[in-house]
Amino acid sequence: MIRLTVNGQQHEVDAEPDTPLLYVLRDDLGLNGAKFGCGLGQCGSCTVIVDGQPVLSCLMPVSVLSGRQVRTIEGLGGNAVQHAFAEEQAAQCGYCIAGMVMRATALLEQNPHPSEHDIREHLSLNLCRCGTHMRILAAVRRAAGQGGKS
Amino acid sequence: MVVTKLGMEAGMKLSRGRVVAAVAAVLIVGGWAVWHPSIAPVEGRAAFPPEQIARGAELAAVGDCGVCHTTDGSRPYASGRGVPTPFGVVYATNITSDPDTGIGKWSEAAFRRAMRDGIDREGRHLYPVLPYPHFTRATDQDIAAMYAFLMTRAPVHADAPPNQLPFPLNQRVVLAGWNLLYLSPGPWRADPAHDADWNRGAYLVEAIGHCGACHTPRNVLGAEKGGQALSGGEAENWYAPPLQAASPAREAWTVDSLATYLHTGFDAHHGAAAGPMTAVTDELAKVPAADVRAMAVYLASMMPNPAPVSVVVHDGANPVFAGACGGCHGVDAPMTRSGAPSLALSTAVNAPTPRGVIQVILRGLPWREGQAAPYMPSFASALTDGQVADLAAYLRSTYSDKPAWSDLPAEVAKIRGAS
Amino acid sequence: MNAVLSRRGLMALGGGLVVGFALRAEEPARPGSLKETPSLDAWIRVAPDGRVTVFTGKVELGQGIKTALLQVAAEQLDVPVAQIDLVTADTMRTPNEGFTAGSHSMQDSGTAIMNATAQVRGLLVAAAAAEFGVAVETLTTADSTVRAADGRSVGYGTLAAKLNLHVDAEPASTLKDPATYRLMGTPMPRVDIPAKLTGGPAYVQDMRLPGMLHARAIRQPSVGAKLLDFDAGPIEAMPGVVKVVREGSYLAVVAGKEWQAIKAMRALEAAAKWEETASLPDQATVLDLLRGLPARDIPVLTWKGEAGAPVKRLKARYTRPYMMHGAIGPSCAVAQLADGTMTVWTHTQGVYPLRSALAGLLRLPVEQVHCIHVEGSGCYGHNAADDVAGDAVLIARAVPGRPVRVQWMREQEHTNEPYGAAMIAEVEGAVDAAGNIVDWDYGVWSNTHNRRPYVGGLMLQNAALPEPLPVPPPAPIPMPEGGGERNSNPIYAFPNAKVVSHFIPEMPVRVSALRSLGAYLNVFAIESFMDELAEGAGADPVEFRLRHLKDERAKAVVSLAAEKFGWVAGKRGEGRGFAFARYKNLGAYCAIALALRVEHETGHIRLGRVVAAVDSGQVVNPDGIRNQIEGAIVQAASWTLYETVRFDRKRVLSRDWSGYPILRFAAAPESIAVHIVPRPGQPFLGTGEAGQGPMAAAIANAVRDAAGVRLRDVPLSAPKVKAAIGV
Repeated sequence: MIRLTVNGQQHEVDAEPDTPLLYVLRDDLGLNGAKFGCGLGQCGSCTVIVDGQPVLSCLMPVSVLSGRQVRTIEGLGGNAVQHAFAEEQAAQCGYCIAGMVMRATALLEQNPHPSEHDIREHLSLNLCRCGTHMRILAAVRRAAGQGGKS
Repeated sequence: MVVTKLGMEAGMKLSRGRVVAAVAAVLIVGGWAVWHPSIAPVEGRAAFPPEQIARGAELAAVGDCGVCHTTDGSRPYASGRGVPTPFGVVYATNITSDPDTGIGKWSEAAFRRAMRDGIDREGRHLYPVLPYPHFTRATDQDIAAMYAFLMTRAPVHADAPPNQLPFPLNQRVVLAGWNLLYLSPGPWRADPAHDADWNRGAYLVEAIGHCGACHTPRNVLGAEKGGQALSGGEAENWYAPPLQAASPAREAWTVDSLATYLHTGFDAHHGAAAGPMTAVTDELAKVPAADVRAMAVYLASMMPNPAPVSVVVHDGANPVFAGACGGCHGVDAPMTRSGAPSLALSTAVNAPTPRGVIQVILRGLPWREGQAAPYMPSFASALTDGQVADLAAYLRSTYSDKPAWSDLPAEVAKIRGAS
Repeated sequence: MNAVLSRRGLMALGGGLVVGFALRAEEPARPGSLKETPSLDAWIRVAPDGRVTVFTGKVELGQGIKTALLQVAAEQLDVPVAQIDLVTADTMRTPNEGFTAGSHSMQDSGTAIMNATAQVRGLLVAAAAAEFGVAVETLTTADSTVRAADGRSVGYGTLAAKLNLHVDAEPASTLKDPATYRLMGTPMPRVDIPAKLTGGPAYVQDMRLPGMLHARAIRQPSVGAKLLDFDAGPIEAMPGVVKVVREGSYLAVVAGKEWQAIKAMRALEAAAKWEETASLPDQATVLDLLRGLPARDIPVLTWKGEAGAPVKRLKARYTRPYMMHGAIGPSCAVAQLADGTMTVWTHTQGVYPLRSALAGLLRLPVEQVHCIHVEGSGCYGHNAADDVAGDAVLIARAVPGRPVRVQWMREQEHTNEPYGAAMIAEVEGAVDAAGNIVDWDYGVWSNTHNRRPYVGGLMLQNAALPEPLPVPPPAPIPMPEGGGERNSNPIYAFPNAKVVSHFIPEMPVRVSALRSLGAYLNVFAIESFMDELAEGAGADPVEFRLRHLKDERAKAVVSLAAEKFGWVAGKRGEGRGFAFARYKNLGAYCAIALALRVEHETGHIRLGRVVAAVDSGQVVNPDGIRNQIEGAIVQAASWTLYETVRFDRKRVLSRDWSGYPILRFAAAPESIAVHIVPRPGQPFLGTGEAGQGPMAAAIANAVRDAAGVRLRDVPLSAPKVKAAIGV
């Protein structure tokens, strides 16, 4: 049994220790937010927050999580970033969006007043294929209190 | 090389007091030779033959000018990065043709003096972060070509930020003494024992490419150690492996594999360029294949020729490796099956220091915009220092027959802290 | 052809098979998909409690179609959006509307639902009029209720209980006056976004059925690879593994948990031995290879007329490589064989054609296959959505009763999806002394753009199975929609023109529909060449286009984009580019003006301000239109700046995002503004693919302006740009 804390709740799951967090979140805990995109740490659609830092859950063996705090989009409780994404209608297919929200949330927690350059560089680890980039950028600016649409 | 470091020998503790004492000594030795005349400014923009400019572009790529002097692609060569050294931060200057903030007023003679002697147009010493101890061997013709290339770049008005160096290092006069000790002027001399290709490569490596700036160990005053050329050094806390007999590479570096690696940043028998080396191979991608091959001929001639070893992979059951690394580096992973080498062939895994392995785990390999090129994500946020140390130890014991690394947790903490 | 064409039949049968056409010239045409599915209750039902169910055969692909259809239905019915349940494509519940493709959803389904709901409202009002004994004209509707002038009212539920909606729609409907629209034409937040922002179940990838197993397929490493004998025993003994499925060269594994399935898949990949052949072409010369393959010449148009004497003649060739859909989420399907029926939850674009294909693969009658659409990750054409459903059914058949979820791995998606076709366009044109184009000769060379499965032979698994089904030959899609020739017919009025499509049946690389099909290259070529001719004529590119346009709506879009951008005629050298097209010359009009910089030392293109103008006919959700155009602009920027599928003679080398780099945030444009030309009451014009071609050409035209070089071979990668501009 592996113990881990997700969104403030302790869980014991029957998973092999090499299992990436992504599959534990999805298959053992029934959480949908973190998505399988590449399994290679290249696209960011599995991004969650661990101890305040954005991490790629597809490459995070569950055995390294002892004593650490995992947050997923299910645990954000409707934060400013989520509201801003809704306001800006910042999704097309939306598959990448939970990862974007998590990475943006981590950015704004560490840097509440990011520059446009900061936002773009920070989000560049996450891929969007529908081309929703401008709305996602606008949403992050809006969540940072910098107004939305450019 | 990417960064010319006023570095020290690996592991050596260097107190501020010792530096100051050493600098004072140098001052006394060299204080007499501080004055250099200003060279008259040139007005207007000269014209250069296109072939000379083109050759200058290639030499500038071999010499990695843009790696330090460009930070923003929209303002190429308009000053740049702060190069961290053990002594402080030195900023690369504006080398565009801007007359006020760049080198627009520099004559070719002024440029040549900077490259050869480390003296700017106005007669001030330049810090040897600019690798003039290497460039001093460049031919007049090549310096002229690089001059032609730089003088035809678009002028950009931009001042470099002031260097962050403590007294007395912020007094450029100290460099007079440094030069007296460590700069040995004189042209490149071909070695008649070798063919033209080898000599061409040797010249490009030593005089232009300044590979030794990273791959040669440095002394307490940041000079490359005499008699230890290319025996391994460091750059920005990355391990720069020996490029001669001491190379820890498990498979022999051949001319072909070196040429491929230098030109593309990847070789199937050795892996991908990482850390500061990625910028170097990105630059070399712009250089004619014949020049890169000549460099490979020279370097390969110094490399050891180890007997082919069968790749021994010891017990492979480690959950952190399986969950974090196995998706790419596992024997059955798509990347491995399509030609990426086993970690057993990695120079970093077989190196005497764990620095390369730790750096790659913490920083990964960056995206190169639009290029199909190796990439690896950073694990800095995913793994704790202890987990990185355990993983490094596992990689060493599994993929290498070399002795275990010591002090891994401390090494990880140090490298993480020195981002 | 003025007969009524069943576009569904056309789409479902893969384009070229004319047998699918329903020729019903004797009947008056019903609007949109009411042609094929005329019965009102196929589209709309009203429950006794007043709740409305609307059915569509189209599917949500992230384009916002659900929201737009709800707006249309709510508007025409006068029912609150919250009172409507929308059912999307399901082979047991909804009309068969073929594929959700070609930017047809609003034209087909939107039009059908608009007319069906308007007619149902008419029937409800008529029933109320009869009940109240008043004239229809005295009644008003709002909030699912009919009200009389005297204050009496009756709910839709009560009225509907007495109505028979199982009647064919009338050819003509009484639609609301567009001036009174409250919902159509007004931005409405997308109904699918909240779940996507909170971790709600939103995709087929998120399905969890009781007792569900996880499976992975082991793909053939190269086309036609043959699986040699090997020992699967150790893998069957791995933790959680339920079964290794092997049929011929088809190999898959089922396990209790997803990570167990992945580990077993990797072990199988390491253990399996394959016999491979070098069946791929040489990438370096593949365009020349295609250009030389036998082709069927299809005349697209010939115009002959009076024209001035040519004074300047230009000739150019434009090309594009194989490109990838590259959805961020690899394709996924869930299947379950129970009670003799194979039920499949799939993000296919066409549940009915897929049902036929899966039935073929399984050798089952179609009635025993039930396909239900559930959203997947972004869909930009025929990707692996159908093929993963093939995996799901083959594996589910091996574990009867148990639901099986299969998702492809990243490298499987990258290396096995059907790509967008590599293409060549060659054009020659001439201008007269007055700067008018007097001659235009255009040829395009392409493989098919439609290999969507409608029979089992077109499924990826077919070739691996022991007794493969016959594979239908590739076919062109006829104009006016076209495949490779889509948008090869210029929208400009030229006195003399000849356009020929050279359809190449032989496919060196597996290809199918990628968003906008041939329009991407044809618009890139035409709009680049328009700039080349404008330059030759010494004319401003925008003015030159307007000079050759007769369509007033086209002119309006071009003028609006130029005005909003601040286009100054004759101003050159600042990296500005312009391009325009009407998608298929049937759909939405889109003009794009942009500014960019070219980094001289690296050749990187840095996108600045992008301004688009679009005419989509009657606007339903303006924010949806803007989102689609913005997406087209950014996606086409990625295609145009970076993308090429790489392969050697045996295998695809672009197996992940490091081998197939796409646009990341740092390189997104500085800004995008989309301006909509309102056209109240006009037919809906499909918008999802209107921007790709114009964006590609606008970039190339701006690069010419910024750096003085004309690039005609997509992608306009940094090394190519740098090589063109020199030192």
